[in-house]
Amino acid sequence: MTETPRTLYQKHIDAHTVCELDDQGHVLLYIDRQVANEYTSPQAFSGLREAGRSVWRPSATLCVVDHVNPTAPERTAAMPDAGGARQVSYFAENCRDFGIELFDVLDKRQGIEHVVAPEQGFILPGMVIAAGDSHTTTYGALGAFGFGIGTSEIEHLLATQTLVYKRLQTMRVTVEGEPGPGLVSKDIIMELIRQVGASGATGYAIEFTGPAISALSVEARMTICNMAVEAGARGAFMAPDDKVYAYLADKPRAPKGELWAKAVEQWKCLQTDAGARFDREVRLDVADLQPMVTWGTSPDQAAAISGHVPDPSGEPDPILRQDLQRALRYMDLAPGTPLEGIRISHAFIGSCTNARLEDLRDAARVAKGRKVAQGVRAMIVPGSTQVRDEAEAEGLAGIFRDAGFEWRQSGCSMCLAMNDDVLNPGDRCASSTNRNFEGRQGAGARTHLMSPAMVAAAAIAGHLVDVRHFRLEV
Amino acid sequence: MQPFTHVQGIAAPMLAANVDTDVIMPKQFLKGIDRSGLDRGVFFDLRFLKGGAANPDFVLNKAPWHAANFLVVGPNFGCGSSREHAVWGLQQLGIRALIGTTFAGIFYDNCQRNGVLIIKLKPAELKELAERVSQADTACVAIDLVEQHIQLSDERIIRFEIEALRKQALMLGLDAIGATMQRREQIQAFEARHLRANPWLA
Repeated sequence: MTETPRTLYQKHIDAHTVCELDDQGHVLLYIDRQVANEYTSPQAFSGLREAGRSVWRPSATLCVVDHVNPTAPERTAAMPDAGGARQVSYFAENCRDFGIELFDVLDKRQGIEHVVAPEQGFILPGMVIAAGDSHTTTYGALGAFGFGIGTSEIEHLLATQTLVYKRLQTMRVTVEGEPGPGLVSKDIIMELIRQVGASGATGYAIEFTGPAISALSVEARMTICNMAVEAGARGAFMAPDDKVYAYLADKPRAPKGELWAKAVEQWKCLQTDAGARFDREVRLDVADLQPMVTWGTSPDQAAAISGHVPDPSGEPDPILRQDLQRALRYMDLAPGTPLEGIRISHAFIGSCTNARLEDLRDAARVAKGRKVAQGVRAMIVPGSTQVRDEAEAEGLAGIFRDAGFEWRQSGCSMCLAMNDDVLNPGDRCASSTNRNFEGRQGAGARTHLMSPAMVAAAAIAGHLVDVRHFRLEV
Repeated sequence: MQPFTHVQGIAAPMLAANVDTDVIMPKQFLKGIDRSGLDRGVFFDLRFLKGGAANPDFVLNKAPWHAANFLVVGPNFGCGSSREHAVWGLQQLGIRALIGTTFAGIFYDNCQRNGVLIIKLKPAELKELAERVSQADTACVAIDLVEQHIQLSDERIIRFEIEALRKQALMLGLDAIGATMQRREQIQAFEARHLRANPWLA
């Protein structure tokens, strides 16, 4: 009997199904590992305490402080606000009482959970990972299947190492064409989100494939899987390849020796079978792609930097027209305004989307020998303390400081502004992050999403600008 | 979890697309270690003016919708962050069900785990419902989960689909962890097999 060809998604789910729960696709899904943070986990641990339940497999969880900690240049354990302090101390108490490993704020391995877990080798191909953060999709770049869950699910996972899970539909996104110089993976995923919309992948797991994906580094691929959730995808991944194995080989928690060889042999089977059927196919040609920026308050409200703010009066649907009008009112932008030239007050390079070492190198090439424009506050918040240390060793930190950027400590910071890095009403920020929602970086503040190099260019110009206008030092 | 069988109440229309969880529950309300006090945070920047007074233009500040038990929402409601605080807050405000066309995945699951019913309708059905509940005198509807229908104030019925597994959990107010723990031995057996086959996971 020949087996039905399966997608990589189906293989991941089949290999982790404890049992089927009905005939409508619900399964009890075994989760290999989870990462937890201080702000979405407390009520889950409290739930365990109240019910007298223990953690099923403490070694499957890694706890990292990232969302509420300050990122001031001098690192201390102090949390400036009472709520954050309580969350961090309760987090430590939970880790101690339930026997879970914790990277606290002073740990040299601390950082944003989705930057830390891959750099530690905690995430491996073939794994299924869930975490109380929507950007858990990042891990798909390593050939794992990661997805975000809420606090009740964290509690369920801690108690049982499983989740009640409904199989998703599958979407294959084939990315072709060679992007021009200055174009990066952020531009690719922003263009995809623009095309399919903020809910275009809702209910789907996306497999990214094609020559333009193979050509990317593993870190660049993480940016794509990370932001796939902004199109609604509940998981995004890529088949692992030699670049992934090279990335993982020397990571502290990757298997070593014979076990490594055995693992790689098995990981090579993590491919979609020829002839496997996807529920939806999307093709994206990136040969003519331009650097992307958002102009609105949803990640799909984006355009090439050479474009203009759209005119809502061209939208026939009255509800969509109202949404557009509301977005432009919030962003204080008039229809027809050229995107290049929109003045900014802030520039932020950080987040689990774009604050890895390669991102900082891209930004440093733009910043080198230049100065941040007067009136712009420019901040760099490395994705992890390890990234920060590596960037200092490479001399990137000096380039940023000389150019007038603040060189800060690691954390989620102004991506969601849960700590003290918050914008004021009316501030306008060029940001390497993932969400341009109303109030995301501060009530009344305005966010334009773009790649790290585009943020650096905007910081120097004082306005949104095409990074390709800059002559870059190598 | 409070069981959901038959609930009658006011439905408030909020038809903007892509209402994200940052808007539903802004960051300053995420600093707790319990679930309390989140009713204050729901739609904070929409509900309250700068000085703290209620925004008279926001639907949940107007009669009769200030007492809403249901929201009739635009596409992709609940997108963005995984923060379950958004659902806890809605629940504390008295919201028992959300009716829309599409919902973001994590938010959808979070609602289910807390006993908040999500009803997906076709765009034309939603439009009809939204028009009805936008009028104060026809804003009251009754949702019958057992029969899987919404009854409008003029007795008209809109039927909806829901998976049996979800329906049962909502109707009984089931503790999902307790149910899964019934399968403890099955999970243990699976885990042993899985770790043997993938020894680098152990």
